[in-house]
Amino acid sequence: MNPFSSGTRLRDMIRAIRACKTAAEERAVVRKECAAIRSAISENDQDYRHRNIAKLMFIHMLGYPTHFGQMECLKLIASAGFPEKRIGYLGLMLLLDERQEVLMLVTNSLKQDLNHTNQYIVGLALCALGNICSAEMASDLAAEVERLLLTKDPNIKKKAALCSIRIIRKVPDLAENFLSPAASLLKEKHHGVLIAGIQLCTDLCKVSADANKHLRKNCTEGLIRILKDVSNSSYAPEYDIAGITDPFLHIRVLRLMRMLGQGDADTSEYMNDILAQIASKTESNKNAGNAILYECVETIMGIEATSGLRVLAINILGRFLSNRDNNIRYVALNMLMKAIAVDSQAVQRHRTTILECVKDSDASIRKRALELVFLLVNDTNAKPLTKELIDYLEVSDQDFKGDLTAKICSIIEKFSQEKKWYIDQMLKVLSLAGSYVKDDVWHALIVAISNAPDLQGYSVRSLYKAFQTSFEQVSLVRVAVWCIGEYGEMLVGNVGVLEVEEPLTVTESDTVDVLEACLTGHSADITTRSMSLIALLKLSSRFPPTSERIKEIITVHKGSIVLELQQRAIEFNSIIQRHDNIKSSLVERMPVLDESAYMVKKANSSQENIVAVKSSQMSLAGTSVTLPNGVAKPPAAPLVDLLDLSSDDTLVPTSTSKDFLHDLLGIELTNSSSSGIAPSGGTDILMDLLSIGTPVQSDISPETVSSNQGFAPTTKPTPTTVQVLDLLDVLPSNGSVAGDQSPLYPSITAFQSSTLKIMFSFKKHPEKPQVTEIHATFMNLSSDAYTDFVFQAAVPKFIQLHLDPASSNHLPANGNGTITQTVTVTNSQHGQKPLAMRIRMVYKVDNQEKLEQGQINNFPPGL
Amino acid sequence: MIHFVILISRQGKVRLTKWYSPYQQKERSTVIRELSGLILSRGPKLCNFVEWKGYKVVYRRYASLYFCMCIDPDDNELEILEIIHHFVEILDRYFGSVCELDLIFNFHKAYYILDEILIAGELQESSKKAVARLIAAQDSLVETAKEEAGSISNMISQAI
Repeated sequence: MNPFSSGTRLRDMIRAIRACKTAAEERAVVRKECAAIRSAISENDQDYRHRNIAKLMFIHMLGYPTHFGQMECLKLIASAGFPEKRIGYLGLMLLLDERQEVLMLVTNSLKQDLNHTNQYIVGLALCALGNICSAEMASDLAAEVERLLLTKDPNIKKKAALCSIRIIRKVPDLAENFLSPAASLLKEKHHGVLIAGIQLCTDLCKVSADANKHLRKNCTEGLIRILKDVSNSSYAPEYDIAGITDPFLHIRVLRLMRMLGQGDADTSEYMNDILAQIASKTESNKNAGNAILYECVETIMGIEATSGLRVLAINILGRFLSNRDNNIRYVALNMLMKAIAVDSQAVQRHRTTILECVKDSDASIRKRALELVFLLVNDTNAKPLTKELIDYLEVSDQDFKGDLTAKICSIIEKFSQEKKWYIDQMLKVLSLAGSYVKDDVWHALIVAISNAPDLQGYSVRSLYKAFQTSFEQVSLVRVAVWCIGEYGEMLVGNVGVLEVEEPLTVTESDTVDVLEACLTGHSADITTRSMSLIALLKLSSRFPPTSERIKEIITVHKGSIVLELQQRAIEFNSIIQRHDNIKSSLVERMPVLDESAYMVKKANSSQENIVAVKSSQMSLAGTSVTLPNGVAKPPAAPLVDLLDLSSDDTLVPTSTSKDFLHDLLGIELTNSSSSGIAPSGGTDILMDLLSIGTPVQSDISPETVSSNQGFAPTTKPTPTTVQVLDLLDVLPSNGSVAGDQSPLYPSITAFQSSTLKIMFSFKKHPEKPQVTEIHATFMNLSSDAYTDFVFQAAVPKFIQLHLDPASSNHLPANGNGTITQTVTVTNSQHGQKPLAMRIRMVYKVDNQEKLEQGQINNFPPGL
Repeated sequence: MIHFVILISRQGKVRLTKWYSPYQQKERSTVIRELSGLILSRGPKLCNFVEWKGYKVVYRRYASLYFCMCIDPDDNELEILEIIHHFVEILDRYFGSVCELDLIFNFHKAYYILDEILIAGELQESSKKAVARLIAAQDSLVETAKEEAGSISNMISQAI
């Protein structure tokens, strides 16, 4: 016998590995063992095969590569004895996953073992199949498993049932084969078989509505009886957990009942009594009982339960919420999120407790509670809840601040009814956690302030005060710098003081001090410093006495090593020195930022439907304003804003391509709640025509104009009616153009090698969808000219091909000229099968024949 | 459904892994690394659930070992705690007050037991006795095979 193949015993190898003091030592031991195993494998050593696999499994657990042992597992499985098979199947499940090709080789052995006379060998095969089978294996072996569902032996039956779950998860089409054997399993007495059978039924319901219907009709009664029997049964030591007989069976029956009762009032009513019994009688002092109650509550929430039963369920959750066990509180929070949909009033009653959970020391609980609070916020409680959350923001953990800030900001944006409240709350968040605030949030704040002329003075003064205490919060500093640049004179001159404000005396040079601090501070980043430079330039024209000082500050930065700052400093310096006469008009206040356009952009970019409610009209007219937020779109689709609603309403229709999504989107500025969606012309073109509006400066009365084109009533305050009519004139025609246009297909690079490149562009006649005209362009990428160039193409049977003569057969070198050729293809199975083409190019270089060929699979879909 | 079961020691050593959903080798080591960082650092009084990549990981500590199971977000977390305990009790009965060393040197036996409790990420048997009976029957099959076989294979079986 080979002295190396015997190696060490498994136990000795584990000892040797455990004795290693360093990772390097461990690697050395493993390397030696692996080498011995490899040589044993190459010598086809049968005696130690199963010991080697056992060793490999241990090595695998330590994270070393063990792929070379995969075939050995298959050999063990193929051998006759139970011990070899047992270790072989274990190795198979551990060392392989369903994506490996090797797995297909085991299908035959599995089939034999599934038909074996020894029940334990059948059990091993079922277990392996259930744990790692792929879709192909599932289809191949489904019939065997189905047969095993009908055997007598409970051990095989339960394994076959779970194996069937895996099979229908992989191949849902096989579900109907398993339906009747699965239903018959529910009549069994053996708990293992029952549990497995009920799970199989639950999974069948998930993949097939027919199965759900069938089981609802035939099995509801049986399930209720099982649940009654097990919950009323006397002490059964084999299944007892904490005084409850088989909580696992309880839970699984309840879960299947939920699937069956969903959306069916009769079935739900039938379940009423037993659910009420479980909900009220189950002991809740141990985890097992609570697990049943939890499942029961979920079932009550899921089916069409009576209101009495729902009250019972919500009360259980209330009890859970006040439990001292963190696990119980966690699941209560989790379930209350589902309960909101059923009875939000009842959940609101627990608001105080939930709010306490946001402040819990356990991160998992905090996260659940925060999500729940977010769902609980409504118009009436937004203010107190926001206050609570902001108060907590001050003391919360560093790692929780990010989540918390994001949620607070979206609550503030979503529920602000008055501008001042919005600005106040945002300032609080910025001063407490400005570093965690996302860019789009503070951008929105700036847009809002610029649209609120009454509050600009107030905002800039509040920001100035906040800056004094929270200068380390990046986004607060940025907003403050921007506002001081724009509204600096309101700060110094105390313009538009609100009644609630305390008087504040700020001199012009104080203001410049702030900006200088921002510009030179250690913590300031480039964005903040650039913003400070601009603000300084603006102030130099508004505060003439300080202009000399500002000039000096700017001059210092002419030598900045940061390119951005240097450039700004030099440009601003020349404005101050040489263009003093136009300086004041250069640095005028920014035009009011277009809030609606900003919101549209923000909604598009963030994919969030939470759009802040802010508008200058709101504070003027005092009416509640709602932005339409039906901006639903598939996330991957590229977007083109057909209408960029800039304040002068220029419409720029862009050329359309079928993959693009067109948003014709604007903002509704009255109480009209409907937002219209224009019917789309092409199948792939979705056109959202919501409504159009432009925020404008004060003292304009709203004009209401409805279009008669089937679009939503568009209401829009504008300076002139003409503008509105212009807009509506353009809109419908624009919509129809986009709708009628036949889809354009993007050009593709059909073939590219180091020497040759072929581009295809496509044309289609709308009346003949199956015909595609392809314009092929050939380009020579090499440095030698090609002569006698011939292009050949082959297509599958369902496509007809016609080649027009090429423009030339000579292709100049280095891409200095092209050959074009038109290819017409007729796809007889248009819409079912995509185009495919094999191509061959024959040409001569220096009279030597060359050949290139390839296959084109990247045709745009729909050809 | 249970997507995977992992046993990790207090020191972060893996003692058992079982994957019911397809994870490639690389993903497996990332998962183990991420989860051990997440779970081992949690304090003793906190809840036994961690939210991770849209899934939930239910864990429970027994002496120096953490038993972790990854489940779908709408599964019953409390029940998974019971399943973990069910597994531990069966191990305990089989090994006679189980300790980490038993699971290291007899890791394959721990796998055999787990395979009698879970298949396809679902519970198979709620009776501890039934599992013990099945394992004992299969162990004795191995014993019989050993006795029947010649001296060479006898040596090999002992080696395992």
